[in-house]
Amino acid sequence: MKNLEFRTAASARGGLVVMAKVPGVAAGTRVSLRDHAGRGRNGLVIRTSDDAVLVEVFEGTDDLDLERTWVRFLDEPYSLPVSRDILGRVFNGVGQPRDGRPPIVSGQRRDINGAPLNPAARAYPREFIQTGLSAVDGMNSLTRGQKLPIFSGGGLPHNRVAAQIVRQARLLGAATTEFVVVFAAFGVSSQDARYFQESFEESGALERLVMFLNLADEPVIERLLTPRAAFTAAEYLAYELDYHVLVVMTDMTAYAEALREVAVLRGDVPARKGYPGYLYSDLAEIYERAGRIRDRRGSITLIPVLSMPSDDITHPIPDLTGYITEGQIVLSRELHAQGVYPPVAVLPSLSRLMKDGIGGDFTRPDHPHVASQLFASYARALEVRGLAAIIGAEDLSESDRRYLAFAEAFEHRFVGQGEDEERDVYASLDLAWELLSMLPAGTLTRVSEDELAKYHKPAEAAR
Amino acid sequence: MAKVLEINGPLVRLELPGAVLGEQVSVGALGLVGEVIGRDGDTALAQLYEDSAGLAPGEAAAGLGHPLSVELGPGLLGGIFDGIQRPLEAVRQVSGDRISRGIRVPSLARGRRWAFAPAPDRSAEMVINAGDILGSVQETASIAHRILVPPDVSGELLELAPAGDYEVDATIARVRSHDGSIRKLTLCQRWPVRIPRPFRRRDHAVQPLVTGQRILDTFYPLLKGGKAAIPGPFGAGKTMLQHQIARWCNAEIVIYVGCGERGNELTDILESLPKLTDPHSGRPLMERTLLIANTSNMPVVAREASVYVGITIAEYFRDQGYDVVMVADSTSRWAEALREVAGRLGQMPVEEGYPAYLGSRLAAFYERAGRVETLAGGSGSVTLIGAVSPPGGDFSEPVTSHTKEIIQTFWALSKELADARHYPAIDWLESFSGYIGQAARWWADNVDPGWAPARARALAMLSESEELRRIVNLVGVDALSSEQRWSLEAAELIKEALLQQSATDEVDSYASPAKQYLLLAGLLDIYDRGMRLVGQGVPARRLLELPVLGEARRWKTRYGDADIAGLRERVARLVEDFMPLEAEYFPAGPGEG
Ligand SMILES: Nc1ncnc2c1ncn2[C@@H]1O[C@H](COP(=O)(O)OP(=O)(O)OP(=O)(O)O)[C@@H](O)[C@H]1O
Ligand SMILES: [Mg+2]
Repeated sequence: MKNLEFRTAASARGGLVVMAKVPGVAAGTRVSLRDHAGRGRNGLVIRTSDDAVLVEVFEGTDDLDLERTWVRFLDEPYSLPVSRDILGRVFNGVGQPRDGRPPIVSGQRRDINGAPLNPAARAYPREFIQTGLSAVDGMNSLTRGQKLPIFSGGGLPHNRVAAQIVRQARLLGAATTEFVVVFAAFGVSSQDARYFQESFEESGALERLVMFLNLADEPVIERLLTPRAAFTAAEYLAYELDYHVLVVMTDMTAYAEALREVAVLRGDVPARKGYPGYLYSDLAEIYERAGRIRDRRGSITLIPVLSMPSDDITHPIPDLTGYITEGQIVLSRELHAQGVYPPVAVLPSLSRLMKDGIGGDFTRPDHPHVASQLFASYARALEVRGLAAIIGAEDLSESDRRYLAFAEAFEHRFVGQGEDEERDVYASLDLAWELLSMLPAGTLTRVSEDELAKYHKPAEAAR
Repeated sequence: MAKVLEINGPLVRLELPGAVLGEQVSVGALGLVGEVIGRDGDTALAQLYEDSAGLAPGEAAAGLGHPLSVELGPGLLGGIFDGIQRPLEAVRQVSGDRISRGIRVPSLARGRRWAFAPAPDRSAEMVINAGDILGSVQETASIAHRILVPPDVSGELLELAPAGDYEVDATIARVRSHDGSIRKLTLCQRWPVRIPRPFRRRDHAVQPLVTGQRILDTFYPLLKGGKAAIPGPFGAGKTMLQHQIARWCNAEIVIYVGCGERGNELTDILESLPKLTDPHSGRPLMERTLLIANTSNMPVVAREASVYVGITIAEYFRDQGYDVVMVADSTSRWAEALREVAGRLGQMPVEEGYPAYLGSRLAAFYERAGRVETLAGGSGSVTLIGAVSPPGGDFSEPVTSHTKEIIQTFWALSKELADARHYPAIDWLESFSGYIGQAARWWADNVDPGWAPARARALAMLSESEELRRIVNLVGVDALSSEQRWSLEAAELIKEALLQQSATDEVDSYASPAKQYLLLAGLLDIYDRGMRLVGQGVPARRLLELPVLGEARRWKTRYGDADIAGLRERVARLVEDFMPLEAEYFPAGPGEG
């Protein structure tokens, strides 16, 4: 059928075309349209019967002339040609080259939808990835094979944080040549895309990078394919070429909005804020492609970036993302305003796989306790700060005043660091102890007595 | 000829005369499996458990003549199955890392032989009834899998196989039914998942399900045969809590249903349970556990089925006389799958897109929990614990609010507590248990009669401390009297030394009821002693400096269950911790009295 052209478009409306009388078209087939001006458009079969085939057109149906529209059904799903040569290349949102270089020639094509990973085939992520950021490594650490999003908001430096993580991420004791990055951007400005490209270039990582770009002014529906194409590349690199792949995706909010747009056109029942009820499963299909597989050397670690509409963490996009991913790194507008970079709000942040990737086997035996103590002490310090705002710092008890100072030091010295500053995890832990030494030992009940004896040095903190 | 007419996502319209609602269908060249959900003349509407991509109108379809049912018999335990009971380890052998479509593998492995021992009191010519025990297979070292007469069979036992090794589908008995027909019984039987398995009658639940989690057992207990919900926003600890229950609870069988959640969480169980030992039986935990997985990236339609597959297997072990716990993570994903089906059928949404029957479906599902007298005359129970994932953490949403009306124990997780890393982040004010009376009797008989009053006092202190906190946050701690400051400190002590429990700490992960009670009693003793001194004029400030306050926070990790005696001895010595203050303020004589 793929060589036949049909001219039986019966209706077109908001991105959807109904083709009449084309029997036997399979669901999920890729479609190629040619309009009256000879321009090509891409589409996908989303509903099919012998009488009518519903096609979703990525570039939209504006000024489509039904009588002069020719449609071919390509008898295959969207797929991506894969080979080692994808490294160092830049593709558009559906996996076609956009770097002016020739298309990938390969006998191997992969359906970009993938197939669900058998849960019995997974291997649990365990190895610690050092990002060089204390707020992450010390308290919300990343584990190889984890999916850990960055929750941000308009105007916050999430791109810089993501780029810094990409530049610095390393496994303790592993060669960097095993690491590759798949970067997918959808709905971002060309300026942001350029920032990433340059930042990766600086680190000399370009030949270990694959990019998929669908910019803000490019077809919205195409965005639905971009993360899938990117993961198809990542899976190939991880499971067939044994690379450790770090996938960075931005901005998931643009993706979800594209999905909503299409859902409205299809007439799907909305669940919350106009987003379809299947947004959760749809996001999960993407995010769950990260991970590790038994008996495979490679792995896929995912850092999706999303901007929370109105900084609202209960908005469906961050909410559903949080329900799928293994934690989140939350950026804070308040810390940003105080000049803290990276402005990581540690309390709402969480890395669920941290417990399995730190401690004696991976970092240092005191690491889990220190992290827990930092959380408890900082939470307490924030309470004190709230109190100080009411009754004034002078009226605080001696111990409370120490907590107040701890909060300041913690935010500016532990969370805050330079954009080029790479702190190894031991430096972060030592720094943590230095700050904890500002507090009375008796209040530090999350660390063991032995650890207190070894690391708690009030004298040094006083200096 | 039955064939595909239309494909719309997982929904297919088939020409399939005579299809029955709920009937299983096989569709297309790949043989995709699905279920009939609507009929109109000769056409049937079916939803597929597998992705429909590539399926074309005109492909063949067939009705399979039976509803979705599960295979029940030896070989279930220790396994992991998908939402329609395909064994995922065997699937992996056939199709590799990814699940290919249309794959058919028997739920229970064939070729493996099980040592069957007939029940000594059964012999040919006896009359047997539905649910009777024919014999058993020692499936794991701790679980004897009892082979039951299926619920729809009774009559004269013509023949019962002698002890020996049999495959699951080998005939081990023949029965002449009352209508004269002859039924062959095997080690396994099938049961349709949407129909509850019958029992003789419901019994009252009486025994607590001991989970080793202090805030659950001591404050908001659940009974064997009870129903509980764990609602909470993302990251609050629903899964961790369910893992803890699956690990440590004193049930005989645990069924863990991962319904629309993460693949890694199942991997975690698969990798960790075989290494952990059941504190009650001393055997590897995996031997009593069974996993059902429809992870969030697996097809949504099978998600709706997965909880029914789980509960049916739970009932089957209940019918053998076992105490079974089923945890479902998360029932919200199941409800969402229901919502999707309703949407596709064009049913009128009532709240947030959910159909009007959401509440009754949830209730009917939880109703399958309970303690019963089995058909065989024994006693068994199914305890049901469902996680709920409310959008935005809003407990007023439909799934949480309906569930809350159905269950008796409510473990409400709070984002504030989780953010402060107070784990388990169970909100002591929002949570409730309707089983306190029964639990109190058990604690009194088995641990200490002081349990009920001690629990009530601790809860009262916690709720009073909320009030005090509000005052402190408004005007500072100086506004409190010495008594109030001490109460506040004692409540903090209870939170940190008792309620907080780390799942990742080897010692703290499980606390026996005896340890739980000793900790509670010890902390209350500290409170009382301090209060007495404060009442006699000792300033609270001085009491707050007592080293015992820091030390008591470490008791939970210092005294493991092997060292209960040490904890008891420590608690008995509390009088000494207050001696220096007494000596200082009341040098003349004892302050007590
Ligand atoms: N009892 C506990 N002890 C130690 N850590 C805990 C405990 N409970 C929760 N946590 C921490 O909280 C994290 C999140 O818990 P969990 O994955 O159970 O959340 P959840 O409520 O199931 O979230 P979701 O709805 O997204 O699945 C864990 O990874 C762990 O770090
Ligand atoms: Mg969970």
